[in-house]
Amino acid sequence: MAVISVAGKAARPTTHEGRDRRCRKVRQNLTAHGFLLGALLCFGFFTWYPMVREVVMSFQKTKRGRTSWVGLDNIDQLLQDPEFWQAWRNTLLFTLLALVFGFAVPFFVAVLLNELRHAKSYLRILVYLPVMMPPVASVLLFKYFYDPDFGLFNSILHTLHLPTSAWLNSPDTAMVSVVIASTWMNMGGATLIYLAALQGIPGELYEAAELDGAGLWRRVWHVTIPQTRLILSLLLLLQVVATMQVFVEPFLLTGGNGPQGSTTTVVYLVYQYAFNFNNYGAASALGLIMLVVLAGFSALYVRQSRKAD
Amino acid sequence: MSRTGLVRRSVVVAVAAGMSMSLAACGSSGTGGGDGASKVTVSVDCQPPVTKAAERKQWDEDVAAFGKLYPNVTIKSKDASPCEEPAPFTAQLKGKTQTDVFYTYFTDLAQVLDAGGAEDISAYVNETTVPALKDIDPSVLATLKDGGKLYGLPTSNYKMGLLYNRKLFKQAGLDPEKPPATWAEIREAAKKIAALGNGVNGYGEYSATNQGGWHYTAELYGLGGTMVSEDGKKAAFNTAEGRQVLQNLYDMRWTDNTMGAAQSLKWPDLMTQMAADKLGMYVGAPDDITYMVQTLKGDYEAYGMGPMPGAKAALLGGNDYMFKKGSSPEQIKAGIAWINLKYLTLGKGQFDYARTKADGLPVGLPQPFFFTGAGLAADNKAKAASATVPVQNYAPYLAASVPGKTEPAHAQQIYKVLDNAVSAVLTDRNADIPKVLADAETQVNQVLASLQ
Repeated sequence: MAVISVAGKAARPTTHEGRDRRCRKVRQNLTAHGFLLGALLCFGFFTWYPMVREVVMSFQKTKRGRTSWVGLDNIDQLLQDPEFWQAWRNTLLFTLLALVFGFAVPFFVAVLLNELRHAKSYLRILVYLPVMMPPVASVLLFKYFYDPDFGLFNSILHTLHLPTSAWLNSPDTAMVSVVIASTWMNMGGATLIYLAALQGIPGELYEAAELDGAGLWRRVWHVTIPQTRLILSLLLLLQVVATMQVFVEPFLLTGGNGPQGSTTTVVYLVYQYAFNFNNYGAASALGLIMLVVLAGFSALYVRQSRKAD
Repeated sequence: MSRTGLVRRSVVVAVAAGMSMSLAACGSSGTGGGDGASKVTVSVDCQPPVTKAAERKQWDEDVAAFGKLYPNVTIKSKDASPCEEPAPFTAQLKGKTQTDVFYTYFTDLAQVLDAGGAEDISAYVNETTVPALKDIDPSVLATLKDGGKLYGLPTSNYKMGLLYNRKLFKQAGLDPEKPPATWAEIREAAKKIAALGNGVNGYGEYSATNQGGWHYTAELYGLGGTMVSEDGKKAAFNTAEGRQVLQNLYDMRWTDNTMGAAQSLKWPDLMTQMAADKLGMYVGAPDDITYMVQTLKGDYEAYGMGPMPGAKAALLGGNDYMFKKGSSPEQIKAGIAWINLKYLTLGKGQFDYARTKADGLPVGLPQPFFFTGAGLAADNKAKAASATVPVQNYAPYLAASVPGKTEPAHAQQIYKVLDNAVSAVLTDRNADIPKVLADAETQVNQVLASLQ
């Protein structure tokens, strides 16, 4: 009985003991809560508040200093803008091309680097080097490469007696040129992530595959890709989200719109509305549409990954 | 009443009395910043940066001179170069963080008013506060008015024209004293200049960041066209003149090959090319010459300016100062007094040509250009007396006296569409000009409809 009684006491602390424990817990976690508060304030002011403001402003218009609610007028105005659809077509084209180049190329570079026996570190640095260059410097470099009269690329093509290209100066090739520059600038980071994932694959799997007579391609297809599926799908999502927000490359390479609007992207259009047309309502509405589309992609990804599990 | 309560009430009465006296002082001061009635601080942007030592020195001297005239006013200078960048400026308006007296471009009034950013200064501007008021070109002041109210004062003004490289003209066997005045003459001159080879282009044109649309407008005005209907609701550029602008560009780009293959150019690409003696001609403003010399290390002797091709009208441009919404009457009066001394008084501030010459800065450029009548005559005389740049290089531009014409309302939205039209003829050999222009017309009509 006495034992039961003691156990009962231990299970039900008195109010005084409970308060002590809570105070001790608060004291122990005070520093952690302090750090958390700082982070929450930063996110609150610089991320969440602007996002909420963007949603609010999407339904407002400012005229003669007076801001009023206009319902869906801003979205209606966007839908009437002929460049709205062109910007979406261009953005989707950029995303598609960026996935073809920017997703596949770093993966295969990583596979190649992983297969190498010598000079792996030097090559890794070489691949990562463009990421360390300021984007503006990289873009200006490519602007020179693409110059149709004096550029490096046309000089090489000319030397090889191959037909030259207008690169950024033709609506047919401008977007591809932007994608090539963008891939060169950004592939280093993705390559290193793939490389890290590849190095996490147990060596026995490759040894077993080799014993079964698998060549490089079959090892990649049956071992590497299944083993890195999670990283691949995560980077695919990140790539879609990042590439759909492309701005710097077309803005600096073609002035934003490019030949006949061929490189006008959605984010460039947001920039135009906000800073050239002083129409923050329409700019916010366009940003909101973009947010919904990207949220859709994210939801799709989550659904797909759940199915796969 | 307790002792504490008595003290509290006395303090409240004293503070209220002080406040009412201050307000009375504000309300009673009649002649602006110079009445000495109350201390006023006015923040003003566009102070030249330290890298522009001579301009900075002049600014500081003018602030000191102003301080002696108006000891109760403190000018709080904010340096900026360039004075306005459109994107940050728009953000400033949104955040209401512009200075009390803020620099604007000639075409900013609509967006400043939409943002609720400027005070009406009509009641404070008269021939007492701005003695040169009667000599300021009314068409320039009109760009600063809305609904009969005045919102700013000009500091500089220009009309667009044809800039050309005199050195290349001479090398190509052209007469640099007689710049081409029509598009046919420009085309012929461009052929001769491009024939020099070595990457030299005869003519250059912008076609990105809405500047293609801006130049299209300038060239259309030169031919006598207009961008929108009188009521501003419909596009009005799909005309013979509008087609001719695109046809001229197409012919020079593809038939004559005098514009080079690199397109999608934007400010300051053409200036960079001309300063490097790689470009013969382009449509621009007089202050491009200053940029080419001061920033790109060109030579004043190398550049000339002629009137806008066609000479029916020239697109107006320039800069002004406006007054932040919420400024007190004292601040507005002080700001007007500062602008008057720095920018609108012959022989002082920017019109102190003797000082400008002594400081090694150029004198004789056809800008600022907003005085008329006696003011213009006096300015020209003073400018000629201290000229340091070859004034005769701009004689064709000044002699033509082309009437000025302002930008259409919602200019940037319209320019955005026309950028694509200009870009089409410069990047597509198979461009169908009537279709390109018809598409642009449809799109501008859509844009204008959505803005009504």
